[in-house]
Amino acid sequence: MRERPIGAVPLPLIWTLAAAFCAQLAFKGMEIQPVARAADLPPAPSTVTLRLLALGEPIGTAQLLSLYLQAFDTQPGISIPFKDLDYSRVEDWLDRVLELDPQGQYPLLMASQVYSQVPDTVRQRMILEWSFRRFLDDPGRRWRWAAHAAIMAKHKLNDLPRALRYAQELSRHATDPSVPAWARQMHIFLLEDMGEVETAKILLGGLLASGSIKDEHEARFLTERFNALEKTAEKSSKTSESQLR
Amino acid sequence: MKLIRVGAIARYTVLEAWRNRLIVIVLTATALLFVLSVFARELAVTESTRLQTALLASALRLASVFFVGLYILNGLTREFNDKVVELMLSLDLPRPAYLLGKYCGFALVAVGVAAIATIPLFLLAPPSRALLWGCSLGLELLIVAAVSVFCITTFTQLLSAAAFVTAFYLLGRSITAIQLMSSANLVANGGLGQKGGEWLADGMAFLLPRLDAFTQTSWLIDGALPTAVGSALIQTILYVALLLAAAMFDLYRKNF
Repeated sequence: MRERPIGAVPLPLIWTLAAAFCAQLAFKGMEIQPVARAADLPPAPSTVTLRLLALGEPIGTAQLLSLYLQAFDTQPGISIPFKDLDYSRVEDWLDRVLELDPQGQYPLLMASQVYSQVPDTVRQRMILEWSFRRFLDDPGRRWRWAAHAAIMAKHKLNDLPRALRYAQELSRHATDPSVPAWARQMHIFLLEDMGEVETAKILLGGLLASGSIKDEHEARFLTERFNALEKTAEKSSKTSESQLR
Repeated sequence: MKLIRVGAIARYTVLEAWRNRLIVIVLTATALLFVLSVFARELAVTESTRLQTALLASALRLASVFFVGLYILNGLTREFNDKVVELMLSLDLPRPAYLLGKYCGFALVAVGVAAIATIPLFLLAPPSRALLWGCSLGLELLIVAAVSVFCITTFTQLLSAAAFVTAFYLLGRSITAIQLMSSANLVANGGLGQKGGEWLADGMAFLLPRLDAFTQTSWLIDGALPTAVGSALIQTILYVALLLAAAMFDLYRKNF
């Protein structure tokens, strides 16, 4: 069915349509922009509830939950300082995501690289311990999070005994041939007098070289984090040099 | 265009909804949802009324949108397929009168559906709050009715029109969150994809009504002040006018 030409439409109707369109744009232009408000992270639902809601799609639900949890840190439009988050609830949410999708690494990355950056040693310990516990559930697949936890414990928490415990457990449990040798010898690096940037270089370089990081976003995210660490280290070394002069 | 013709079409549209037992279906669904909410209330350990109200309000809102949208899409598709529209237009009836009449009829049906859906909430929430919630649901349904009329006039196929209406409604409900989230990203790479996503979200926010600001459950249970009702009214008037003008434009261009 061929349409009639636009000329068949009465001119007043075209004007009305244009006016209504302009009015809609003007109204939206005048509308108060949505303002994001920080909201408390609610308690995580039980696994049974989530499985029921998943309707047989636990992996998809786990991914949605990860995004939901992530959106709580950067809730629509705002970034909530991690120190304002209830970390026991965060752990519960991360647990639920892992229970729904045990092969997923997303919650472990969030714990190691995002939640552990909070400037609060109690929370840092909590989240590193969580990462380490989850590593013990599946050492073959989650060894890199234990390695990261060990580095974090040494350099952020200045807690060498904890770092060594993580590294020794990593060496004991991660016996899968796919785990690189340097990861199993983590405790040696930790005992050496090595700075955070050097250790992070070994970890990131090793991860990239071993091909463990396949996702482009993750590689970029980790590289960005590493660069930021390097810049901070450079700044602090310059400051200490100038102070010495 | 004589208003009497518009009124006649509207009257027969309402009569058709009555004879199709739409109102009976909506009443039954409302009653069933109410019974289900009572069941959920019995399961609750604490805040039972709050839980019942929240579940019932959100379910009634979705059910109302579903019934109104589907009823209009189905009714108008049949009119197009059975050549009723052609028959109507062969009479002394201008195209705008037919479309306006149909919309007015559907608007009355939508208001009726909103009224029925609000009844059980009067039992659970303060009457003034329930009334405001019901009015807001009425406005939301007016927009859904206008979108449905526009889609079916444009596509004339049930599947494509229903898909468009569903997408429109879901986007309208989530556009604020999408818009805000697009500007807050953990991996801030500033790439074209990210910028494009932001522009797309902002563009859609300009074209879509913010349906998440309509008919909020928090008005019923938390006593939150429904400040957005005035803005929702203006948005409804503007959006309905825009959609009806667009639908008329398409109807004028149709060659029967």
